[in-house]
Amino acid sequence: MIHLSGVNKYFGNNHVLKDINLHVKPAEKVVVIGPSGSGKSTMIRCINQLEKPDSGEVTVDGINLMKSKAQLKKIRQEAAMVFQQFNLYPHKTVLENLTIAPILVQGKNRDEAEQSGLDFLARVGLKDKASAYPSQLSGGQQQRVAIARALNMHPKIMLFDEPTSALDPEMIKEVLDVMVGLAHSGITMVCVTHEMGFAREVADHVIFMADGQILETGTPSAFFDNPQNERAQQFLSKIL
Amino acid sequence: MDVNNPFALYKWQALFDARELFIDGLTTTLEVTVGALVLSILLGIVFGIAGVFPNRVIRALNRVYVEFFQNTPLVIQVIFIYNALPHIHIVMPVLLIGIIGVGVYTGAYMAEAVRGGIMSVSKGQLEAAMSQGFNYWQAMWYIILPQTKKVMLPAMANQAINLVKNTSVLAMIAGGDLMYQADSWSGSNMYYGPAYFTAGVSYWIICFLLSKYINKLEKKAEV
Repeated sequence: MIHLSGVNKYFGNNHVLKDINLHVKPAEKVVVIGPSGSGKSTMIRCINQLEKPDSGEVTVDGINLMKSKAQLKKIRQEAAMVFQQFNLYPHKTVLENLTIAPILVQGKNRDEAEQSGLDFLARVGLKDKASAYPSQLSGGQQQRVAIARALNMHPKIMLFDEPTSALDPEMIKEVLDVMVGLAHSGITMVCVTHEMGFAREVADHVIFMADGQILETGTPSAFFDNPQNERAQQFLSKIL
Repeated sequence: MDVNNPFALYKWQALFDARELFIDGLTTTLEVTVGALVLSILLGIVFGIAGVFPNRVIRALNRVYVEFFQNTPLVIQVIFIYNALPHIHIVMPVLLIGIIGVGVYTGAYMAEAVRGGIMSVSKGQLEAAMSQGFNYWQAMWYIILPQTKKVMLPAMANQAINLVKNTSVLAMIAGGDLMYQADSWSGSNMYYGPAYFTAGVSYWIICFLLSKYINKLEKKAEV
């Protein structure tokens, strides 16, 4: 479903992604962890080309994005992203946040987009907030709306870029519960997070990154209980 | 007769008798104002977006436009259009010169207001829109620009009000605007007092009404 091969990315002289190879099969859940500045977010942002790799191949759903730029719009509809800072559209109501892209980008009619939008709001437990504005919601509620907004594109892939890092502790659980539910729905998921409990519960593979490299890949139990890489051991000893 | 009193009653009487002239001038001023305002807002949006455009050449265009028109006097720009362009066979009626001259000049300030407004919107908004498959222009139009209102409106309002007053530059090229009529009428009879007072009050009323209207828009933008 997602193939990153030999991906390199520089910010100026800073080599932030070093020869990254990542392969995600359909319906697989991959959780990416690692210290800040390790390139996790940059890597996940290469999948929908919010960052353009300087070299390497990015193939999503069979389309090589480094070669066919025209297909980017299609891939961005198939791979929806949830951001750390929610990035809801503040001038739109919750429901409009969910429907604007389906209507304008995917050409759905309004009724259809609103109906499925309300269904997804119900799924994240916020149907009663449909006509509220984002600023009237708590952080946790905003992030749940952001997830519903992503889902309303009917994507094949969900990309989460530290979805709970900007939340107050008491709101993290409500967002993670939604994500766990989603993980069981059979969608392909790549999630950058510091929530180790979540990684253990839903991940098929855990990927550990540091200094722009993937240093270890494994099942949650193998990775958390018996990490092989020294950096991974250090990292885990600090946070667990 | 109290000829030494600049505001002597008979001078006001003369002005009242010449009111057609002043009404003509006011009409011209309003026409130039409306035309130049529309032009400056269009230029402001185009060059304002150019100022944040991903392409460096386009961004440079914004800088050249803004720096040129902000840093040379409006009077010279208008006189240039009036006196120099006819040499290359571009001859325009003064009303159009007024609209273009004042509009292009104010457009540079509008562009800065628009650019500032766009830059005040968090980068995540553009990313969110792009991640949903919007192209750059859709993201600008539907997501970014509507959020710039709160920052942009006060700055644009100031420029709109300056624009009203700046239309008086037309007096320099016999533009037939309010300032020109006041100037030429009083130049022939020396009744400067009532002429300039009336012109000044007229500009004040236009600007005051305009700023009240913009205040209303700002309140609406906050809701």
